[in-house]
Amino acid sequence: MAAMLEVKDIHCGYDGTPVIRGLSLEVNRGEIVAIIGANGAGKSTTMRAICGLLHPERGQILLEGEDISRSPASANIRKGLSYIPEGRRLFPKLTVRENLELGAFTVVDRKVIDERLEEMFALFPRLKDRSTQTAETLSGGEQQMCAIARGLMSAPKLIMLDELSLGLMPSLVEKVFETVVLINRKGITVLLVEQMVQEALEIANRGYVLQTGRVVHSGSARELLDSDEVRKAYMGM
Amino acid sequence: MNHFLQVLFDGLLNGLVYALVAAGLSMIWGVMDVINFAHGEFLMVGMYVSYWIGFFLDVDPLFSWIASGAFLFIMGAATYRLIIRNSLGKSAMAPLLATFGLSMVLKNFCMNRFTPNFRLLSGTVLEGKTISVGGAILSVPQLATAAFALVLLACLYWMLKRTRLGWAIQATAMDSEAAELMGIRTENIYLLVFGIGGACVGITGGLMTSYLAVYPEVGSLFSLIAFVVVALGGFGSIPGALLAAIIIGLVESFTGFYVAAVVKYAAVFAVYLAVILIRPKGLFGW
Repeated sequence: MAAMLEVKDIHCGYDGTPVIRGLSLEVNRGEIVAIIGANGAGKSTTMRAICGLLHPERGQILLEGEDISRSPASANIRKGLSYIPEGRRLFPKLTVRENLELGAFTVVDRKVIDERLEEMFALFPRLKDRSTQTAETLSGGEQQMCAIARGLMSAPKLIMLDELSLGLMPSLVEKVFETVVLINRKGITVLLVEQMVQEALEIANRGYVLQTGRVVHSGSARELLDSDEVRKAYMGM
Repeated sequence: MNHFLQVLFDGLLNGLVYALVAAGLSMIWGVMDVINFAHGEFLMVGMYVSYWIGFFLDVDPLFSWIASGAFLFIMGAATYRLIIRNSLGKSAMAPLLATFGLSMVLKNFCMNRFTPNFRLLSGTVLEGKTISVGGAILSVPQLATAAFALVLLACLYWMLKRTRLGWAIQATAMDSEAAELMGIRTENIYLLVFGIGGACVGITGGLMTSYLAVYPEVGSLFSLIAFVVVALGGFGSIPGALLAAIIIGLVESFTGFYVAAVVKYAAVFAVYLAVILIRPKGLFGW
Protein backbone atom coordinates (compact mmCIF):
# COMPACT_ATOMS: atom_id res chain seq x y z
CA MET A 1 0.00 0.00 0.00
CA ALA A 2 1.35 3.36 -1.01
CA ALA A 3 1.18 6.17 1.51
CA MET A 4 -1.31 8.87 0.55
CA LEU A 5 -0.15 11.14 3.33
CA GLU A 6 2.98 11.07 5.44
CA VAL A 7 3.48 13.45 8.33
CA LYS A 8 7.05 13.33 9.56
CA ASP A 9 8.01 14.76 12.93
CA ILE A 10 6.19 18.10 12.63
CA HIS A 11 6.40 20.85 15.21
CA CYS A 12 3.97 23.73 15.17
CA GLY A 13 2.11 26.18 17.33
CA TYR A 14 0.63 29.63 17.56
CA ASP A 15 2.74 32.72 18.34
CA GLY A 16 5.58 30.68 19.73
CA THR A 17 3.42 28.49 21.96
CA PRO A 18 4.12 24.93 20.86
CA VAL A 19 1.03 22.81 20.29
CA ILE A 20 2.36 19.97 18.16
CA ARG A 21 5.69 18.55 19.27
CA GLY A 22 7.18 15.97 16.99
CA LEU A 23 4.12 14.34 15.53
CA SER A 24 4.30 11.67 12.86
CA LEU A 25 1.54 9.74 11.18
CA GLU A 26 0.72 8.01 7.97
CA VAL A 27 -2.43 7.49 5.95
CA ASN A 28 -2.48 4.85 3.24
CA ARG A 29 -4.50 5.00 0.06
CA GLY A 30 -8.08 3.88 0.60
CA GLU A 31 -7.95 3.86 4.40
CA ILE A 32 -10.07 5.53 7.03
CA VAL A 33 -7.75 6.78 9.76
CA ALA A 34 -9.02 8.34 12.98
CA ILE A 35 -7.14 10.77 15.19
CA ILE A 36 -8.50 10.77 18.71
CA GLY A 37 -7.56 12.54 21.89
CA ALA A 38 -8.82 14.87 24.56
CA ASN A 39 -9.59 18.54 24.07
CA GLY A 40 -6.41 20.50 23.54
CA ALA A 41 -4.37 17.48 22.50
CA GLY A 42 -3.64 19.19 19.17
CA LYS A 43 -6.00 17.32 16.87
CA SER A 44 -7.36 20.33 15.02
CA THR A 45 -3.93 21.96 14.90
CA THR A 46 -2.62 18.80 13.23
CA MET A 47 -5.40 19.01 10.65
CA ARG A 48 -4.75 22.71 10.05
CA ALA A 49 -1.06 22.01 9.52
CA ILE A 50 -1.75 19.21 7.05
CA CYS A 51 -4.18 21.23 4.94
CA GLY A 52 -1.87 24.26 4.86
CA LEU A 53 -3.73 26.80 6.99
CA LEU A 54 -0.79 26.62 9.38
CA HIS A 55 2.81 25.89 8.45
CA PRO A 56 4.92 23.66 10.69
CA GLU A 57 8.13 25.13 12.08
CA ARG A 58 9.89 21.85 11.52
CA GLY A 59 9.16 18.53 9.89
CA GLN A 60 7.66 17.41 6.62
CA ILE A 61 4.20 16.73 5.25
CA LEU A 62 4.11 14.61 2.12
CA LEU A 63 1.00 14.19 -0.04
CA GLU A 64 1.65 11.32 -2.46
CA GLY A 65 5.35 11.88 -1.92
CA GLU A 66 5.24 15.64 -2.61
CA ASP A 67 6.25 17.97 0.20
CA ILE A 68 3.31 20.28 0.92
CA SER A 69 4.42 21.58 4.31
CA ARG A 70 5.05 25.07 2.91
CA SER A 71 2.25 25.33 0.37
CA PRO A 72 -0.92 27.27 1.18
CA ALA A 73 -4.34 25.68 1.64
CA SER A 74 -5.61 27.16 -1.63
CA ALA A 75 -2.86 25.29 -3.49
CA ASN A 76 -3.28 22.02 -1.59
CA ILE A 77 -6.90 21.65 -2.65
CA ARG A 78 -5.67 21.62 -6.24
CA LYS A 79 -3.46 18.67 -5.28
CA GLY A 80 -6.44 16.62 -4.15
CA LEU A 81 -6.71 17.48 -0.49
CA SER A 82 -9.98 18.63 1.01
CA TYR A 83 -10.51 19.75 4.60
CA ILE A 84 -13.89 20.10 6.26
CA PRO A 85 -13.17 22.26 9.28
CA GLU A 86 -14.67 22.04 12.72
CA GLY A 87 -17.89 24.02 12.96
CA ARG A 88 -18.61 23.47 9.23
CA ARG A 89 -17.69 27.02 8.25
CA LEU A 90 -20.30 27.29 5.50
CA PHE A 91 -20.73 30.69 3.88
CA PRO A 92 -23.86 31.69 5.80
CA LYS A 93 -25.32 34.29 3.41
CA LEU A 94 -24.76 32.23 0.28
CA THR A 95 -27.23 29.63 -0.89
CA VAL A 96 -26.60 25.90 -0.59
CA ARG A 97 -26.01 25.76 -4.32
CA GLU A 98 -23.53 28.65 -4.23
CA ASN A 99 -21.70 27.01 -1.34
CA LEU A 100 -21.42 23.80 -3.35
CA GLU A 101 -20.29 25.68 -6.46
CA LEU A 102 -17.50 27.26 -4.45
CA GLY A 103 -16.46 23.78 -3.33
CA ALA A 104 -15.59 23.21 -6.98
CA PHE A 105 -13.94 26.62 -7.37
CA THR A 106 -10.79 24.99 -8.74
CA VAL A 107 -12.75 23.20 -11.48
CA VAL A 108 -13.01 25.11 -14.75
CA ASP A 109 -15.22 22.80 -16.81
CA ARG A 110 -18.88 23.73 -16.32
CA LYS A 111 -20.01 20.21 -17.32
CA VAL A 112 -17.87 18.62 -14.62
CA ILE A 113 -19.29 20.98 -11.99
CA ASP A 114 -22.87 20.19 -13.01
CA GLU A 115 -22.15 16.45 -12.91
CA ARG A 116 -20.73 16.74 -9.42
CA LEU A 117 -23.67 18.84 -8.25
CA GLU A 118 -25.99 16.07 -9.46
CA GLU A 119 -23.84 13.51 -7.65
CA MET A 120 -24.07 15.49 -4.41
CA PHE A 121 -27.81 15.94 -4.75
CA ALA A 122 -28.12 12.18 -5.24
CA LEU A 123 -26.02 11.54 -2.14
CA PHE A 124 -27.88 14.17 -0.07
CA PRO A 125 -31.40 14.63 -1.55
CA ARG A 126 -32.21 17.11 1.22
CA LEU A 127 -29.67 19.53 -0.19
CA LYS A 128 -31.45 19.54 -3.52
CA ASP A 129 -34.69 20.64 -1.84
CA ARG A 130 -32.80 23.34 -0.01
CA SER A 131 -30.52 24.41 -2.85
CA THR A 132 -31.85 27.98 -3.09
CA GLN A 133 -31.93 28.60 0.67
CA THR A 134 -29.05 30.37 2.36
CA ALA A 135 -26.78 28.09 4.37
CA GLU A 136 -27.59 29.82 7.64
CA THR A 137 -31.23 28.71 7.40
CA LEU A 138 -30.33 25.01 7.38
CA SER A 139 -30.62 22.77 10.43
CA GLY A 140 -27.43 21.51 12.07
CA GLY A 141 -27.61 18.16 10.32
CA GLU A 142 -28.29 19.73 6.94
CA GLN A 143 -25.40 22.12 7.44
CA GLN A 144 -23.08 19.20 8.11
CA MET A 145 -24.28 17.46 4.95
CA CYS A 146 -23.74 20.67 3.03
CA ALA A 147 -20.22 20.99 4.44
CA ILE A 148 -19.38 17.40 3.48
CA ALA A 149 -20.85 17.88 0.00
CA ARG A 150 -18.93 21.13 -0.43
CA GLY A 151 -15.73 19.32 0.54
CA LEU A 152 -16.45 16.59 -2.01
CA MET A 153 -17.13 19.00 -4.89
CA SER A 154 -13.41 19.26 -5.60
CA ALA A 155 -13.28 15.45 -6.07
CA PRO A 156 -10.48 15.02 -3.51
CA LYS A 157 -8.16 12.04 -3.14
CA LEU A 158 -7.93 12.64 0.59
CA ILE A 159 -10.69 14.18 2.64
CA MET A 160 -10.03 15.41 6.18
CA LEU A 161 -13.03 15.61 8.49
CA ASP A 162 -12.80 17.60 11.69
CA GLU A 163 -15.32 16.83 14.47
CA LEU A 164 -18.16 15.86 12.19
CA SER A 165 -20.37 14.79 15.07
CA LEU A 166 -20.09 18.03 17.00
CA GLY A 167 -23.48 19.48 17.85
CA LEU A 168 -25.49 16.77 16.10
CA MET A 169 -28.14 14.64 17.73
CA PRO A 170 -27.25 10.94 18.16
CA SER A 171 -29.44 9.66 15.33
CA LEU A 172 -27.73 12.08 12.95
CA VAL A 173 -24.27 11.18 14.18
CA GLU A 174 -24.84 7.61 13.06
CA LYS A 175 -26.00 8.80 9.66
CA VAL A 176 -22.99 11.04 9.25
CA PHE A 177 -20.62 8.18 10.04
CA GLU A 178 -22.47 5.99 7.53
CA THR A 179 -21.90 8.70 4.96
CA VAL A 180 -18.18 8.68 5.72
CA VAL A 181 -18.04 4.94 5.01
CA LEU A 182 -19.96 5.54 1.79
CA ILE A 183 -17.50 8.22 0.71
CA ASN A 184 -14.61 5.91 1.50
CA ARG A 185 -16.14 3.16 -0.64
CA LYS A 186 -16.07 5.57 -3.58
CA GLY A 187 -12.28 5.39 -3.29
CA ILE A 188 -11.62 8.52 -1.25
CA THR A 189 -9.08 8.21 1.55
CA VAL A 190 -10.38 9.58 4.86
CA LEU A 191 -8.57 11.16 7.79
CA LEU A 192 -10.87 12.13 10.61
CA VAL A 193 -10.64 13.78 13.98
CA GLU A 194 -13.33 12.82 16.48
CA GLN A 195 -14.38 13.23 20.06
CA MET A 196 -16.79 10.30 19.70
CA VAL A 197 -14.00 7.77 20.00
CA GLN A 198 -16.00 4.56 19.90
CA GLU A 199 -18.04 5.53 16.84
CA ALA A 200 -14.96 6.80 15.01
CA LEU A 201 -12.91 3.68 15.68
CA GLU A 202 -15.78 1.46 14.62
CA ILE A 203 -15.60 2.77 11.07
CA ALA A 204 -11.83 3.36 10.95
CA ASN A 205 -9.09 0.98 9.79
CA ARG A 206 -6.46 2.50 12.04
CA GLY A 207 -6.18 5.15 14.70
CA TYR A 208 -3.75 7.48 16.42
CA VAL A 209 -4.17 8.70 19.97
CA LEU A 210 -2.88 12.20 20.59
CA GLN A 211 -1.83 13.67 23.90
CA THR A 212 -0.23 17.10 24.36
CA GLY A 213 0.88 17.30 20.76
CA ARG A 214 2.34 13.83 20.39
CA VAL A 215 1.15 10.42 19.27
CA VAL A 216 0.98 8.23 22.39
CA HIS A 217 -0.76 5.20 20.91
CA SER A 218 -1.34 3.95 17.44
CA GLY A 219 -2.58 0.78 15.90
CA SER A 220 -5.47 -0.85 14.14
CA ALA A 221 -8.88 0.39 15.17
CA ARG A 222 -9.58 -3.01 16.70
CA GLU A 223 -6.46 -2.85 18.89
CA LEU A 224 -7.34 0.62 20.11
CA LEU A 225 -10.94 -0.36 20.81
CA ASP A 226 -9.70 -3.31 22.87
CA SER A 227 -7.00 -1.39 24.71
CA ASP A 228 -7.89 -0.83 28.34
CA GLU A 229 -5.98 2.43 28.39
CA VAL A 230 -7.89 3.91 25.48
CA ARG A 231 -11.21 2.65 26.79
CA LYS A 232 -10.57 4.15 30.19
CA ALA A 233 -9.24 7.48 29.02
CA TYR A 234 -11.55 8.24 26.09
CA MET A 235 -14.64 6.12 26.35
CA GLY A 236 -15.26 6.39 30.07
CA MET A 237 -15.25 2.64 30.59
CA MET B 1 -40.62 76.91 -13.57
CA ASN B 2 -41.16 73.93 -11.37
CA HIS B 3 -38.72 74.25 -8.48
CA PHE B 4 -39.71 71.03 -6.82
CA LEU B 5 -39.01 68.89 -9.86
CA GLN B 6 -35.73 70.67 -10.47
CA VAL B 7 -34.56 70.10 -6.91
CA LEU B 8 -35.70 66.48 -7.05
CA PHE B 9 -33.72 65.77 -10.22
CA ASP B 10 -30.63 67.55 -8.92
CA GLY B 11 -30.72 65.42 -5.79
CA LEU B 12 -31.22 62.20 -7.73
CA LEU B 13 -28.40 62.87 -10.17
CA ASN B 14 -25.98 63.79 -7.42
CA GLY B 15 -27.12 60.78 -5.42
CA LEU B 16 -26.33 58.35 -8.23
CA VAL B 17 -22.81 59.71 -8.52
CA TYR B 18 -22.36 59.47 -4.74
CA ALA B 19 -23.56 55.88 -4.97
CA LEU B 20 -20.79 54.79 -7.30
CA VAL B 21 -18.14 56.60 -5.25
CA ALA B 22 -19.50 54.93 -2.11
CA ALA B 23 -19.82 51.49 -3.72
CA GLY B 24 -16.04 51.21 -4.07
CA LEU B 25 -15.50 52.21 -0.47
CA SER B 26 -18.24 49.88 0.70
CA MET B 27 -16.85 46.90 -1.16
CA ILE B 28 -13.37 47.34 0.29
CA TRP B 29 -14.82 47.65 3.77
CA GLY B 30 -17.20 44.72 3.27
CA VAL B 31 -14.50 42.32 2.09
CA MET B 32 -11.49 43.39 4.14
CA ASP B 33 -12.75 45.53 7.02
CA VAL B 34 -10.42 48.25 5.81
CA ILE B 35 -11.49 51.86 5.46
CA ASN B 36 -9.69 53.50 2.60
CA PHE B 37 -9.15 57.08 3.71
CA ALA B 38 -7.56 57.90 0.38
CA HIS B 39 -10.78 57.09 -1.47
CA GLY B 40 -11.63 60.74 -2.12
CA GLU B 41 -8.11 61.39 -3.35
CA PHE B 42 -8.44 58.42 -5.70
CA LEU B 43 -11.43 60.26 -7.15
CA MET B 44 -9.34 63.40 -7.46
CA VAL B 45 -6.56 61.49 -9.25
CA GLY B 46 -9.19 59.98 -11.58
CA MET B 47 -10.36 63.48 -12.42
CA TYR B 48 -6.82 64.69 -13.09
CA VAL B 49 -6.11 61.71 -15.34
CA SER B 50 -9.18 62.47 -17.39
CA TYR B 51 -8.48 66.22 -17.32
CA TRP B 52 -4.90 65.92 -18.59
CA ILE B 53 -5.87 63.40 -21.25
CA GLY B 54 -8.52 65.87 -22.37
CA PHE B 55 -6.11 68.80 -22.16
CA PHE B 56 -3.14 67.30 -23.99
CA LEU B 57 -4.67 64.65 -26.22
CA ASP B 58 -8.03 66.27 -26.75
CA VAL B 59 -9.90 63.13 -25.75
CA ASP B 60 -13.40 63.74 -24.45
CA PRO B 61 -14.31 62.58 -20.91
CA LEU B 62 -16.92 60.40 -22.62
CA PHE B 63 -14.00 58.20 -23.64
CA SER B 64 -11.19 59.03 -21.23
CA TRP B 65 -13.08 57.50 -18.30
CA ILE B 66 -11.78 54.18 -19.61
CA ALA B 67 -8.22 55.35 -19.05
CA SER B 68 -8.91 56.90 -15.65
CA GLY B 69 -10.80 53.77 -14.58
CA ALA B 70 -7.90 51.55 -15.65
CA PHE B 71 -5.36 53.85 -14.03
CA LEU B 72 -7.22 53.83 -10.73
CA PHE B 73 -7.73 50.06 -10.91
CA ILE B 74 -3.96 49.67 -11.05
CA MET B 75 -3.46 52.33 -8.40
CA GLY B 76 -5.96 50.59 -6.09
CA ALA B 77 -4.30 47.21 -6.58
CA ALA B 78 -0.86 48.75 -6.03
CA THR B 79 -2.10 50.43 -2.86
CA TYR B 80 -3.16 47.03 -1.57
CA ARG B 81 0.10 45.31 -2.51
CA LEU B 82 2.46 48.02 -1.30
CA ILE B 83 0.65 49.60 1.64
CA ILE B 84 -2.40 47.73 2.92
CA ARG B 85 -0.91 44.24 2.90
CA ASN B 86 1.95 45.36 5.12
CA SER B 87 -0.37 47.06 7.58
CA LEU B 88 -2.90 44.24 7.96
CA GLY B 89 -2.85 42.03 11.03
CA LYS B 90 -1.10 44.67 13.09
CA SER B 91 -3.37 47.19 14.75
CA ALA B 92 -6.78 48.17 13.37
CA MET B 93 -5.40 51.68 13.22
CA ALA B 94 -2.51 50.71 10.94
CA PRO B 95 -4.35 50.51 7.60
CA LEU B 96 -6.43 53.53 8.61
CA LEU B 97 -3.39 55.69 9.26
CA ALA B 98 -1.57 54.30 6.24
CA THR B 99 -4.39 55.27 3.87
CA PHE B 100 -4.76 58.62 5.62
CA GLY B 101 -1.07 59.19 4.96
CA LEU B 102 -1.56 58.19 1.34
CA SER B 103 -4.38 60.73 0.98
CA MET B 104 -2.06 63.47 2.26
CA VAL B 105 0.68 62.45 -0.15
CA LEU B 106 -1.68 62.41 -3.13
CA LYS B 107 -3.29 65.71 -2.25
CA ASN B 108 0.00 67.48 -1.69
CA PHE B 109 1.61 65.93 -4.71
CA CYS B 110 -1.17 67.32 -6.90
CA MET B 111 -1.02 70.66 -5.09
CA ASN B 112 2.70 70.84 -5.77
CA ARG B 113 2.61 69.64 -9.38
CA PHE B 114 -0.67 71.06 -10.64
CA THR B 115 -1.17 74.11 -8.32
CA PRO B 116 -4.33 74.49 -6.20
CA ASN B 117 -6.15 76.14 -9.16
CA PHE B 118 -9.53 74.95 -10.39
CA ARG B 119 -9.23 73.38 -13.82
CA LEU B 120 -12.24 72.81 -16.05
CA LEU B 121 -12.10 71.17 -19.46
CA SER B 122 -13.59 73.31 -22.17
CA GLY B 123 -15.02 72.26 -25.50
CA THR B 124 -16.18 68.83 -24.39
CA VAL B 125 -18.85 67.15 -26.48
CA LEU B 126 -21.60 67.53 -23.93
CA GLU B 127 -20.56 70.94 -22.63
CA GLY B 128 -23.46 73.24 -21.82
CA LYS B 129 -26.05 70.86 -23.23
CA THR B 130 -29.27 70.64 -21.30
CA ILE B 131 -32.58 68.92 -21.68
CA SER B 132 -35.87 69.94 -20.20
CA VAL B 133 -38.01 67.40 -18.37
CA GLY B 134 -41.39 68.65 -17.22
CA GLY B 135 -40.04 72.14 -16.63
CA ALA B 136 -36.85 71.03 -14.91
CA ILE B 137 -33.60 71.70 -16.72
CA LEU B 138 -31.06 68.89 -16.55
CA SER B 139 -27.41 69.18 -17.45
CA VAL B 140 -26.60 66.47 -19.99
CA PRO B 141 -23.04 65.80 -18.74
CA GLN B 142 -24.39 65.26 -15.25
CA LEU B 143 -27.19 63.09 -16.56
CA ALA B 144 -24.71 61.00 -18.53
CA THR B 145 -22.49 60.53 -15.47
CA ALA B 146 -25.45 59.52 -13.32
CA ALA B 147 -26.76 57.08 -15.94
CA PHE B 148 -23.29 55.58 -16.23
CA ALA B 149 -23.06 55.24 -12.48
CA LEU B 150 -26.36 53.36 -12.39
CA VAL B 151 -25.28 50.96 -15.14
CA LEU B 152 -21.94 50.30 -13.46
CA LEU B 153 -23.59 49.68 -10.10
CA ALA B 154 -25.93 47.20 -11.75
CA CYS B 155 -22.96 45.41 -13.35
CA LEU B 156 -21.11 45.30 -10.05
CA TYR B 157 -24.16 43.95 -8.26
CA TRP B 158 -24.74 41.34 -10.95
CA MET B 159 -21.11 40.26 -10.79
CA LEU B 160 -21.25 39.84 -7.01
CA LYS B 161 -24.56 37.96 -6.97
CA ARG B 162 -24.50 35.90 -10.12
CA THR B 163 -20.94 34.92 -11.01
CA ARG B 164 -18.54 32.45 -9.44
CA LEU B 165 -16.03 35.24 -8.99
CA GLY B 166 -18.68 37.24 -7.13
CA TRP B 167 -19.44 34.32 -4.85
CA ALA B 168 -15.73 33.93 -4.21
CA ILE B 169 -15.53 37.61 -3.23
CA GLN B 170 -18.51 37.21 -0.91
CA ALA B 171 -17.07 34.00 0.54
CA THR B 172 -13.78 35.76 1.24
CA ALA B 173 -15.69 38.52 3.00
CA MET B 174 -17.60 36.06 5.18
CA ASP B 175 -14.80 33.65 6.11
CA SER B 176 -11.44 34.11 4.42
CA GLU B 177 -9.99 30.93 5.89
CA ALA B 178 -12.88 28.79 4.64
CA ALA B 179 -12.50 30.53 1.28
CA GLU B 180 -8.83 29.46 1.16
CA LEU B 181 -10.01 25.90 1.77
CA MET B 182 -12.14 26.16 -1.39
CA GLY B 183 -8.98 26.95 -3.34
CA ILE B 184 -9.78 30.66 -3.54
CA ARG B 185 -6.54 32.65 -3.40
CA THR B 186 -7.80 35.31 -1.02
CA GLU B 187 -4.72 37.47 -1.62
CA ASN B 188 -5.80 37.86 -5.24
CA ILE B 189 -9.37 38.60 -4.18
CA TYR B 190 -8.13 41.43 -1.95
CA LEU B 191 -6.03 42.79 -4.78
CA LEU B 192 -8.99 42.64 -7.13
CA VAL B 193 -11.38 44.26 -4.66
CA PHE B 194 -9.00 47.15 -4.10
CA GLY B 195 -8.65 47.45 -7.85
CA ILE B 196 -12.42 47.52 -8.32
CA GLY B 197 -12.76 50.06 -5.50
CA GLY B 198 -10.25 52.27 -7.29
CA ALA B 199 -11.87 51.76 -10.69
CA CYS B 200 -15.27 52.86 -9.31
CA VAL B 201 -13.93 56.29 -8.38
CA GLY B 202 -11.61 56.40 -11.38
CA ILE B 203 -14.56 56.05 -13.75
CA THR B 204 -16.75 58.45 -11.77
CA GLY B 205 -13.96 61.02 -11.61
CA GLY B 206 -13.19 60.57 -15.28
CA LEU B 207 -16.77 61.33 -16.29
CA MET B 208 -17.20 64.18 -13.80
CA THR B 209 -14.54 66.31 -15.48
CA SER B 210 -17.11 67.07 -18.16
CA TYR B 211 -19.04 69.28 -15.72
CA LEU B 212 -16.95 69.70 -12.59
CA ALA B 213 -13.66 71.51 -12.07
CA VAL B 214 -10.74 69.49 -10.71
CA TYR B 215 -8.49 70.78 -7.92
CA PRO B 216 -6.43 68.99 -5.26
CA GLU B 217 -9.12 69.32 -2.57
CA VAL B 218 -12.00 68.09 -4.72
CA GLY B 219 -11.96 64.63 -3.17
CA SER B 220 -12.49 65.73 0.42
CA LEU B 221 -16.17 66.49 0.21
CA PHE B 222 -16.91 63.40 -1.86
CA SER B 223 -15.08 61.12 0.53
CA LEU B 224 -16.91 62.57 3.51
CA ILE B 225 -20.23 61.98 1.80
CA ALA B 226 -19.13 58.51 0.71
CA PHE B 227 -18.39 57.59 4.34
CA VAL B 228 -21.84 58.74 5.37
CA VAL B 229 -23.45 56.82 2.49
CA VAL B 230 -21.59 53.62 3.35
CA ALA B 231 -22.46 53.82 7.05
CA LEU B 232 -26.05 54.77 6.31
CA GLY B 233 -26.57 52.05 3.71
CA GLY B 234 -24.85 49.36 5.73
CA PHE B 235 -21.23 48.35 5.29
CA GLY B 236 -20.63 46.11 2.31
CA SER B 237 -24.09 46.42 0.75
CA ILE B 238 -24.38 47.80 -2.78
CA PRO B 239 -28.19 48.22 -2.81
CA GLY B 240 -27.75 49.88 0.59
CA ALA B 241 -25.20 52.27 -0.84
CA LEU B 242 -27.49 53.12 -3.74
CA LEU B 243 -30.49 53.85 -1.54
CA ALA B 244 -28.45 55.77 1.02
CA ALA B 245 -26.73 57.81 -1.69
CA ILE B 246 -30.06 58.83 -3.20
CA ILE B 247 -31.38 59.79 0.24
CA ILE B 248 -28.27 61.87 0.87
CA GLY B 249 -28.46 63.47 -2.56
CA LEU B 250 -32.11 64.42 -2.02
CA VAL B 251 -31.60 65.72 1.52
CA GLU B 252 -28.72 67.81 0.26
CA SER B 253 -30.62 69.35 -2.64
CA PHE B 254 -33.92 69.91 -0.78
CA THR B 255 -32.43 71.56 2.29
CA GLY B 256 -30.01 73.45 0.06
CA PHE B 257 -32.90 74.96 -1.85
CA TYR B 258 -35.78 75.19 0.63
CA VAL B 259 -33.81 75.99 3.79
CA ALA B 260 -30.41 77.46 3.03
CA ALA B 261 -27.36 76.33 1.13
CA VAL B 262 -25.16 76.72 4.19
CA VAL B 263 -27.08 74.08 6.17
CA LYS B 264 -27.33 71.39 3.52
CA TYR B 265 -24.45 69.31 4.88
CA ALA B 266 -25.64 69.82 8.43
CA ALA B 267 -28.93 68.27 7.29
CA VAL B 268 -27.10 65.39 5.62
CA PHE B 269 -25.28 64.56 8.83
CA ALA B 270 -28.42 65.03 10.93
CA VAL B 271 -30.26 62.45 8.82
CA TYR B 272 -27.30 60.15 9.12
CA LEU B 273 -27.19 60.47 12.90
CA ALA B 274 -30.94 59.93 13.19
CA VAL B 275 -30.85 56.72 11.12
CA ILE B 276 -27.79 55.38 12.91
CA LEU B 277 -29.46 55.97 16.29
CA ILE B 278 -32.41 53.82 15.25
CA ARG B 279 -30.55 51.29 13.09
CA PRO B 280 -26.86 51.17 14.06
CA LYS B 281 -26.08 48.71 11.27
CA GLY B 282 -27.41 51.03 8.59
CA LEU B 283 -30.38 50.50 6.32
CA PHE B 284 -29.16 47.25 4.73
CA GLY B 285 -26.52 46.21 7.24
CA TRP B 286 -26.15 42.66 8.55
